[in-house]
Amino acid sequence: MSAAAPGRRAPVAGVAVLLVCLAALLLMPLGVDKFYVQLVTKMMIMAVFAMSLDLLIGFTGLVSFGHAAYFGVAGYVLAYAAPQYQAASLWVSLPLAMAVSGLLALVIGLFVLRTSGVYFIMVTLAFAQMLYFVFHDTKLAGGTDGVYIYVRPDAALGEWAGGWKPFDLENFVHLYYVVLVLLVLTWIFLRRVIDSPFGRVIAGIKVNEPRMRSLGYATFRYKLASFVIAGTLAGMAGYFAAAQFGFVNPDMLGWHLSGSAIMMVILGGMGTLGGAALGAFMMMLLELLFQGLTKHWQLLMGGSIVGVALLLPHGLLGTVAAWWGRRVAAKDSERTDG
Amino acid sequence: MDEREPMLRTEGLSKHFGGLAAVREVALACRVEELHAVIGPNGAGKTTLINLLSGDLAPTAGRILVAGKDVTGLPAHRISRLGVGRSYQKTNIFLPFTGFENCRLSAQSRLQPSMRFFAPAHAHAPTRAAAERALAMAGLEGRAGVVAAALSHGEQRQLEIAMTLATAPRLLLLDEPLAGMGAEESARIVELLKRLRAEHAILLVEHDMDAVFAVADTLTVMVDGAVLATGSPDAIRANRAVQEAYLGSNEADIVSK
Ligand SMILES: Nc1ncnc2c1ncn2[C@@H]1O[C@H](COP(=O)(O)OP(=O)(O)OP(=O)(O)O)[C@@H](O)[C@H]1O
Ligand SMILES: [Mg+2]
Repeated sequence: MSAAAPGRRAPVAGVAVLLVCLAALLLMPLGVDKFYVQLVTKMMIMAVFAMSLDLLIGFTGLVSFGHAAYFGVAGYVLAYAAPQYQAASLWVSLPLAMAVSGLLALVIGLFVLRTSGVYFIMVTLAFAQMLYFVFHDTKLAGGTDGVYIYVRPDAALGEWAGGWKPFDLENFVHLYYVVLVLLVLTWIFLRRVIDSPFGRVIAGIKVNEPRMRSLGYATFRYKLASFVIAGTLAGMAGYFAAAQFGFVNPDMLGWHLSGSAIMMVILGGMGTLGGAALGAFMMMLLELLFQGLTKHWQLLMGGSIVGVALLLPHGLLGTVAAWWGRRVAAKDSERTDG
Repeated sequence: MDEREPMLRTEGLSKHFGGLAAVREVALACRVEELHAVIGPNGAGKTTLINLLSGDLAPTAGRILVAGKDVTGLPAHRISRLGVGRSYQKTNIFLPFTGFENCRLSAQSRLQPSMRFFAPAHAHAPTRAAAERALAMAGLEGRAGVVAAALSHGEQRQLEIAMTLATAPRLLLLDEPLAGMGAEESARIVELLKRLRAEHAILLVEHDMDAVFAVADTLTVMVDGAVLATGSPDAIRANRAVQEAYLGSNEADIVSK
């Protein structure tokens, strides 16, 4: 039987492109300046963030306009967890930050997942903005000014390992490779989730939720689980963003970042995972390019996003995947006809 | 369960849409090994009745009992899990998925725990087998790999039934399964219904009177949301009120022949 699962037949060309990208990312720090290593680190962090949002938008059909909340809150957890002028332990503060983001997604999800469509977009935005103002208007964590994280998290293991430190996040190359590993792990993790029984259920919910209910699925539960997974992964990205910048402020949970993440997913192609990562890279490259050209770069940015949306309605990778799907289908019918 | 308790029983079941009483005071029962057909003109409330039974809509009044258990007001997924499977008059499938995946996902609901995040869904052999079986029953075995959107209208109707069967229900609620099907497929589904009757309770809503009179053990005639008559096919054929209700409609001659 052919094509029982969409995307089952991994195109050889796709795998090759993936491996080339991976090799390029692996080798890059050896050949370029610190500036570019740090830039790509930032891009990879945003790629993780965008992939986490793609689980909601592209694979569950939930357009969350408040995804930065989980990203930003994790950054604040790191800022809180770090004693001033000292490093927080990576092994304590990272799980803590992800747990807080996940828990926040659970609580917010319980409310927002009762709505759908445009209301869902509005309510996710409203919750994120509420949090934004909590950090913006109170003295909880530096208000508008934000908080500095003077020292990056410390990766030293406990006494039992003799305090061994497998890597040093203060070293920009080490940080780069840690983030690269996380990017790859996130991709593998989400790919497996998508092919799992759970992944098939959320795919069904995206296509036809009422029918899923009449087949016996308590759809709310699955949407909530998806929301929590996405929030937790966004938290991981936000944690490393805060660690890299050494600074958190309320903008980290603002609607502007939530909107950028949606555009990354759309630009790359919803529901392709790799597309979300590609979209994150593209957005940030374009931003850099246009910023160098003119101070009206936002105009160019908006224009090119509208352009992609009009010319490639399935996004960059989505268009390639659709083209590939048609090719495979055409070959299939040739085979059965002939 | 009480041996004599039917698989499905309703008491005073009613549904109002604002001022419109789409279903009023309906009492009916359906047992295992019984095919109970519900007929009636357009707008009689047949689909609304099925929506109430499946939990897609909540009743305004009355009770629904499935195997003696009161399920009134339960959400659709809970009713489904009690062994109630329904098909839709308006095809309601997963268009971007293959026919196989439509049925596999339906079978997964019963055969596989779905809060599993890592094992590939397709590795589960019993679910695959159940999906293949359901496709074969509905006559779609050769079309399993085709994306549902690319199936013909008739094939989509068959898939609708296959998905319902893939959840292995004890009680089947079928809303015009034959509508939009070719003669050959219709005949096949009628044969299937006869076979399914041996182990299922079946509530069938259908406009095709030849098919209805060929398979039904019991007939309920609905008009304007209310039950006009219930009885054996012969009793319904002979019923004056039924003949009058159908007078002028193209179904009249079939009912009275
Ligand atoms: N969701 C709804 N809201 C308001 N009115 C409705 C709704 N669903 C059905 N109705 C009305 O209830 C009545 C019964 O409709 P229903 O679809 O149950 O009829 P039916 O017997 O299935 O007809 P058909 O043979 O055409 O399928 C109709 O007058 C219809 O317009
Ligand atoms: Mg109807």
